[in-house]
Amino acid sequence: MSEKEKNQEENPMEGFLRMDRIPHIWCSGCGIGTVVTSFVEALKKSELDLDKVAVVSGIGCTGRVAGYIKLDSFHTTHGRAIPFATGLKLANPELKVVVFSGDGDLTGIGGNHFIHAARRNMDLVVICVNNFNYAMTGGQVASTTPQGANASTAPYGNFEFSFSLPNLAEAAGATYVARWTALHLRRVTKSIQEALGKKGFSFIEVITPCVTLYARRNRLGDGLNLLKYYHDNSEIKHGADTRTLDIDYQGKLTVGKFVDKEKPTFLDAMNEHLGKVLGDDYQLYGRLNND
Amino acid sequence: MKKIYFGNLQPKKGTIHIARDRCKGCGFCVEYCPENVLELSAEFNVKGYHPPDVKYEEKCLYCQLCETICPEFAIFVTLKTPGEAEPSLAEVGASGTAGEAHKEGGNR
Amino acid sequence: MKKVKADPKGVLTGAHFLDGDFALAEGALAAGCRFFAGYPITPSTETAERFSERIPTVGGVFIQMEDEIASIAALIGAAWGGQKVMTVTSGPGFSLMMENIGLATMMEVPLVIANVQRGGPSTGLPTLTGQQDMMQVKWGSHGDYEIIALSPDSPQECFDLIIEAFNLSEMFRVPTFVMTDECVGHMHEKVVIPPAEEIEVVERKWYTGPKGKYLPYKNDDDLVPFMIKAGDGYRFHTTGLTHDERGYPMLNAKAQDICVNHLKDKIIKNADKIIKFEEADTDNAEVIVISYGITSRVAVKAVQEAKKAGIKVGTMRLITIWPFPEKRIKELAKKVKAFVVPEINYGQIVLEVERCVAGQAKVIGVRHCGGGVHNPEDILEKIKEAIK
Repeated sequence: MSEKEKNQEENPMEGFLRMDRIPHIWCSGCGIGTVVTSFVEALKKSELDLDKVAVVSGIGCTGRVAGYIKLDSFHTTHGRAIPFATGLKLANPELKVVVFSGDGDLTGIGGNHFIHAARRNMDLVVICVNNFNYAMTGGQVASTTPQGANASTAPYGNFEFSFSLPNLAEAAGATYVARWTALHLRRVTKSIQEALGKKGFSFIEVITPCVTLYARRNRLGDGLNLLKYYHDNSEIKHGADTRTLDIDYQGKLTVGKFVDKEKPTFLDAMNEHLGKVLGDDYQLYGRLNND
Repeated sequence: MKKIYFGNLQPKKGTIHIARDRCKGCGFCVEYCPENVLELSAEFNVKGYHPPDVKYEEKCLYCQLCETICPEFAIFVTLKTPGEAEPSLAEVGASGTAGEAHKEGGNR
Repeated sequence: MKKVKADPKGVLTGAHFLDGDFALAEGALAAGCRFFAGYPITPSTETAERFSERIPTVGGVFIQMEDEIASIAALIGAAWGGQKVMTVTSGPGFSLMMENIGLATMMEVPLVIANVQRGGPSTGLPTLTGQQDMMQVKWGSHGDYEIIALSPDSPQECFDLIIEAFNLSEMFRVPTFVMTDECVGHMHEKVVIPPAEEIEVVERKWYTGPKGKYLPYKNDDDLVPFMIKAGDGYRFHTTGLTHDERGYPMLNAKAQDICVNHLKDKIIKNADKIIKFEEADTDNAEVIVISYGITSRVAVKAVQEAKKAGIKVGTMRLITIWPFPEKRIKELAKKVKAFVVPEINYGQIVLEVERCVAGQAKVIGVRHCGGGVHNPEDILEKIKEAIK
């Protein structure tokens, strides 16, 4: 094939991206683009009707994902992607709603909404890209920054304790919990695929390199160095007890699928209960009446 | 290490397409290609990054790892049709290596 | 703008003895609201409770969220999911909602928020009345934007005005507020709910054109863009960032200029279609009493007494507070000696009146910091002072 012919062939990702906004704003070596590709692969494999898939993001580097994916996408306020997605899903239960946002957005400012949506087992797929800091605003300390790491608002090192996100998700009631790194390309795809095919609150944490901020402030090198750290230190332990999944600074990363159980979703519980109590009077959005 | 193909099995072959000006020179594709098909170019692209060059296209086995790992959506692989595929098995066997792709917990 | 008859399923036709809070719920259901996300807060909780009971029977969803911030975020999501949505709150919850009210104005999402005002600031007087959020409803969120705010003076008006609020919200793709207060909210009065055929409800301005050509923020002739909902295959994007017609972020001064001007002009240039007020005896008046909400009912007594004392007094009861009825007040300012503005706050709408009057007449506020309604004598005193 000639060079010219080669360059006119379209990258298979392009059908899923708003090409008028590519190249994207993420840094060289940032793993978010990789997670987006893994996500799109999962979408392709899941055979969902893509017109019915909606992506909701918050604010931050990962929050920009909504702007690049060519589905019904929403770029909402900081920390509020999950309640927004809740409203969207409840207003139109046919939609498959994916929340794609960062660790600071979802579990820092958005922590309250995170635990309640998990408690309610809202039918949402939450993909949390964890780069251990608030990257967009310059690398401040976050609820996930490991103890001892440097951040712009912890210039002497972080002395706070950090979340173990799978533990938080499971404790709050999530029915699917997995953790991978951006390097685990196809395992991330498989987890997202499983979550898309499942009802209930699914939480997938993807640990991702942040070169310009987290890595630079901690002198960890560039994207390749971080990927090497993931390669050398991640250990797959499916079904591990989520209480053992803490991340120490540059320590072991336990990855895998930790929780995969069935439980009625909020809508299931609501429909069943109100149907029982109100009988025929209860018809969600009048579907049975051809509204 | 020599590759052995059983019966009528043929290795898949890929053609690599690189959007050079979209690349941000992270080096993931070069590092993680199991057949070491790519190398960082000595040239700069329009943004000042070194995009990848295809060094040994004939070694590409269409694993699509570069396509999946690229954060910029700047590289993808298309399957060569049988007519386009490189011939000699022996050539590949002599110079290729198995690469590091098969370690658990690694990059697949 | 498509008007239809109300869905009879949501209309509780008949004469009822309801308080303002319940009337809000009934009005919303009559208007077609099928999604409510809220959080309990005195004195608005009754509305949420009524919704939780009634909305499942009409096929809608009630969800009590974990806080007011989640409530309004869920509302915006549900509006994009195609539903008519509402919440109810009071001062402290209203403050929490401010950021996302900004998001709703930026995304141009129709929704209705009822604020059953109470004494403030902060936790203030949870069980006692106030009208202290009247400026906050307009200026509470950061940045330049416009909203619509209505002020009912009775449970019957709570019912009527919330239907109006839903209609305005759909017509202009803007968050609309019903600013009642604890007094009207907890007051029980006769509320007549007409048959569904007599209630006019405005449908959302749905886009029906070809999929590739939809622009979420392209102005129509009436300055309001067409809207769609998620799941219809338009693959649209919307954001709280300053955006262009495609809904894509556009972060420069030129786009900001277009965006902000659009958000403001949409309401300001359509103000005549929105503003409502009730005037009486203003033609030969020397003093005009401008009031709204529960205070307008107290002012009735004061005006009666003033007329008995021979004072030529007129009244202007504001139904729409924002956009402010500048035009009419500027006209009246040329003819009268003074305006008296009683309100249950330190003086908020009186500042707008002062601005419009621009020194052409006296403007006297009658302040009451909250916790109860005015004594008519206090308003009467200021009326007498006004004509001196």
